[in-house]
Amino acid sequence: MLTAARRAVIRRRLLQAVPVLVLATLVVFGLLKLMPGDIAITLAGENATDERINEIREMYGLNRPFLVQYGSWLGHAITGDLSKSLASGEAVATSIARSFPNTLLIVLLAMGVAMGVGIPLGILAASKPDSLLDRVVTSIASLGIAVPSFWLAMILVAWFALEWGWFPATGSVALGQDPVKALHHAVLPALALAGGGLAEVSRQLRSSMVEYLSSSPVRTLHAKGLSPMSILWKHGLKNVGVNLITVATLLFNRMLAATVVVEAVFAIPGMGNLIVNGALHRDLPVVQGVVFVMVLVVITVNLVADVLYTVLDPRIS
Amino acid sequence: MARAFFAWLRSDLRAALSLGFLLALLLLSLAAPWIAPWSPTFQNIDIPLADADAAHPLGTDDLGRDVLSRLIYGASATLFASFLAVTIATVIGVPVGLLAGFKGGWVDDVISRMIDALLSFPAIVLAIAVTSALGIGLTNGMIAVGIVFSPQIARLVRARALVVRQELYVDAARCMGASSARILWRHVLPNAIQPVIVQVTLLLAGALLAEASLSFLGLGIQPPNPSWGAMLARAYQNMEIAPALMYPPGLAILFTALAFNTLGESLRVALDPTMKR
Repeated sequence: MLTAARRAVIRRRLLQAVPVLVLATLVVFGLLKLMPGDIAITLAGENATDERINEIREMYGLNRPFLVQYGSWLGHAITGDLSKSLASGEAVATSIARSFPNTLLIVLLAMGVAMGVGIPLGILAASKPDSLLDRVVTSIASLGIAVPSFWLAMILVAWFALEWGWFPATGSVALGQDPVKALHHAVLPALALAGGGLAEVSRQLRSSMVEYLSSSPVRTLHAKGLSPMSILWKHGLKNVGVNLITVATLLFNRMLAATVVVEAVFAIPGMGNLIVNGALHRDLPVVQGVVFVMVLVVITVNLVADVLYTVLDPRIS
Repeated sequence: MARAFFAWLRSDLRAALSLGFLLALLLLSLAAPWIAPWSPTFQNIDIPLADADAAHPLGTDDLGRDVLSRLIYGASATLFASFLAVTIATVIGVPVGLLAGFKGGWVDDVISRMIDALLSFPAIVLAIAVTSALGIGLTNGMIAVGIVFSPQIARLVRARALVVRQELYVDAARCMGASSARILWRHVLPNAIQPVIVQVTLLLAGALLAEASLSFLGLGIQPPNPSWGAMLARAYQNMEIAPALMYPPGLAILFTALAFNTLGESLRVALDPTMKR
């Protein structure tokens, strides 16, 4: 049962998210205002007819005051109307609905790999600070954070797809269509994403575990005669467990960004390819739509993590 | 000051190596016209995808351009881009952070929520969007990255300013009639500068990776100009016939980012008086 204090914290978190949401959507809409020159003419592209230019001016309501434009855009966006692509004429919401599952599949798979490997590595490294194992893990972590994920993706493609032919080099298959094939396609992109994530997870876990192991409750456990293994995996994991929420959130945000470039390497028709193609053709409705959905997802995930943290953190009574 | 600097380098071999590597890279990129054996855009179409030999120590790309020369010239484009982005982030972030932390009240509330909002965007995604709006190109791309990174600096400076504002010596200065501008300049800024130095070093690695990503996607530097990201894009197109082309630019990015990160982490420990190793 939630105590009053916890409920108050949760309520405050939810309230704080409101201005952040408003400002973030303002930024998404404001992208339009960064365009130099007459926006309608720029968006219409070269050799556009006057009708086309007027149509775009109408679509964005460019003759009205900024806040009115923003309000009308936000009203449509909230109800799922993200306008239409200037290039293809397809509703942006439809493109996003088609692309998002492909992105989510590799991001979630990558998170699984990163946490599944990174957590034990971080804990093992922390159990013997400055040992050989610790140094190897720390070095791999430094490399993993500095490596461009799309370069890692290219290396994986060169060896595992082109050289040995174990995995397909490009494309993706919907999970609902053929789960085995979908996973087979998702392995290499997920591994490329997991590289940097794994580094992040093991580093975070190592530092929080080192901190816990040097705290005074641990000394008591030693004095009680508990084995180092039981202190590490039973008490240690329980104590740094709450931090895992933070780690997972960080990881998710990080991967949502990295996937944009990794998708380009594997030609995966996900959110990344959608925004990159939109950006290259200055198809601003598509760009705004993808950024809008991504920032909503990030804010929601952060909020859920915050609430979860409040519920689980024993220090708030 | 100088003595502390050398003591720091002596005590941390990895930081010294990183600094040495980065200085060498900077020299190399500045001296590119004199050091590079070929012009970075000269196409010797008789020898596309040539293996390494005496004339082309790292071989040639699909258009017969010397890979080593493109790597050296690419270093200047890549470093310039990273410095540009981080400079913009600092020029925006420091004053905004000072304002929020020092003024407090509703000013701080508004700026803080704005920082929260901007930090909710995946950085590279927002940078792609801003580049698309501003117009595709390396300079616009790096302006975008600078804007996207600025809240990270602002948040840091704000936190420091908030603490320093309540120090006794600031009260004393105010009682003696010092203006807000003088207090900010003489007392708050010097106290906020150390975490900023650390963050700037780490952001340089981030900007480097962002440049590589944007140029790889075709949103950064435009052909035929070389940057490490653009070289990777070229290597990607020829991956089936010449997979080796991806290694020189990729390793260059990896080692440079590693050097910035190592230096930043070492500075964090060296500059933080409360942290003992």
